[in-house]
Amino acid sequence: MSGVAIAGVGMHPWGKWGRNFTEYGVHAARAALADAGIPWTDVDLVVGGETVRNGYAGYVAGSTFAQALGWNGARIATSYAACATGAQAIDTARARILAGLCEVALVVGADTTPKGFLAPNAGERWNDPDWLRFRLLGMTNPAYFALYARRRMDLYGATSEDFAQVKVKNARHGLANPNARYRKEVSVEDVLSSAVVSDPLHLLDICATSDGAAAVVLCSTEYARKHGIANPVRVAAVSTVTPTFPNTVIDMPLLATDSSAAVGAPERTFKEAIGQAAYEEAGIGPEDVDVAEVYDLSTALELDWIEDLQLCKRGEAEVLLRSGDTTIGGRIPVNPSGGLACFGEAVPAQAIAQVCELTWQLRGQATGRQVEGAKVGITANQGLFGHGSSVLLAV
Amino acid sequence: MTTTSATPVIEGWFTTGDEPRLLASRCTACSNLVFPPVPVAEEGAAGAFCRNPYCDGDQHESVELSRRGAVWSYTDARYQPPAPYVPATDPYVPFALAAVELPEGIVVLGQVADGFGVDDLEVGGEVELVVEVLHVDETGERTIYRWKPVTDTTEEAR
Repeated sequence: MSGVAIAGVGMHPWGKWGRNFTEYGVHAARAALADAGIPWTDVDLVVGGETVRNGYAGYVAGSTFAQALGWNGARIATSYAACATGAQAIDTARARILAGLCEVALVVGADTTPKGFLAPNAGERWNDPDWLRFRLLGMTNPAYFALYARRRMDLYGATSEDFAQVKVKNARHGLANPNARYRKEVSVEDVLSSAVVSDPLHLLDICATSDGAAAVVLCSTEYARKHGIANPVRVAAVSTVTPTFPNTVIDMPLLATDSSAAVGAPERTFKEAIGQAAYEEAGIGPEDVDVAEVYDLSTALELDWIEDLQLCKRGEAEVLLRSGDTTIGGRIPVNPSGGLACFGEAVPAQAIAQVCELTWQLRGQATGRQVEGAKVGITANQGLFGHGSSVLLAV
Repeated sequence: MTTTSATPVIEGWFTTGDEPRLLASRCTACSNLVFPPVPVAEEGAAGAFCRNPYCDGDQHESVELSRRGAVWSYTDARYQPPAPYVPATDPYVPFALAAVELPEGIVVLGQVADGFGVDDLEVGGEVELVVEVLHVDETGERTIYRWKPVTDTTEEAR
């Protein structure tokens, strides 16, 4: 049966390099092509993840990367889906391959990000919720993360020490990752003694923003066979579902949820639905998952995702964490790359970076952070305005 | 009206007076409630189409929401948020924020009333709507809705 294989992956290390995003993107793209052993001139589709903070070149990222690599006549596309941008770009490439319209696709995301809180675009924009939440409420991204964290504490008995332990674990996971920005052990005491940004979250509970780039080369399984790519990691599912009305969990950057009065509460929350759609598409269940890369914008959010992906029951993620199940060597390691805790977020690259990490894990190439025998991996992320993604990979 | 009178920082989102309430839009076909309200001046614009996927309504009427609700979660802002936030004081004074579930099945985010912090809040705790000054601009004081914890004494008073 025809499918989509990951022929190659590559990244530009995360950091604060202060250079042009195109440079990072081309670096990652060339690394992915070299990893695949496929010449650039064989690529017939380039999909770029749009970056909104780098001017026109960022809006047409697919074209920017294609031109920088040297025009080769490939078709291009550019995707924007907030934090899920990279996964939507992968989905676009996958769909054209599955439709038989393309054999080899290069997907690239790269970003250069400013220091501090991510703020909305300038100007007086009284109809834009992303502007209004700052103007009317002073509601930053960490404040939303803090709402979710506090709810875990009051409902499930999570503690600040639990949140800190997520950071300690991820910092340890990322120590040997050459693409991670932060490669340093962190103690619970370090986290708890860092400044509180939005109660209950400390500075070290919240991810930074980074420069970085990630790229994948996708191809049809026929192409992989013809070119001697033996036993490649397969893309088993890409979920980019939107919420189902009513969305009853407050979502960044909104000021209110939908009302459940007209039709009742939905069967699944948005984040639960993202993972469920991936499982259904792949015919793979949560019990089959060996490793997960989830979007730890905050430490507490990693615990939410573990439950949203059905890796344990609601309210039990702290139990998994405390018993070491989510550490490399445990039952279901989470964020072996080090996660956003070690990377910081480079928006259009991040969902692609998750796929790069799982590819290395499933190939057994994640030196210094390998989840032994991993055969199935899942990613999860969520962005503004009803965007989110979950990618299931299998070997 | 004098230049120093207090006016809502945004029009049509809440009433003022002793018992202020949030103003939502209600679909005239299926009664689905939307907050913030859809702009009435733009009838036929995207904002007026009902968001319930089972409903093809495109007319909304303004309704008041319940004044009291239960805290869904809460936090605070220890550092001054970036623009377009306008700080009320210099130096900056941190404030608390709460997401509040109203009986109408809608969770509304708001700042917490002056003088109250995270220690005064808990998930499930009762709060009520008040209107306070957000900041002062060239037209005078600009007001915003806020959530105020309901203390035992005010409950007894009712």
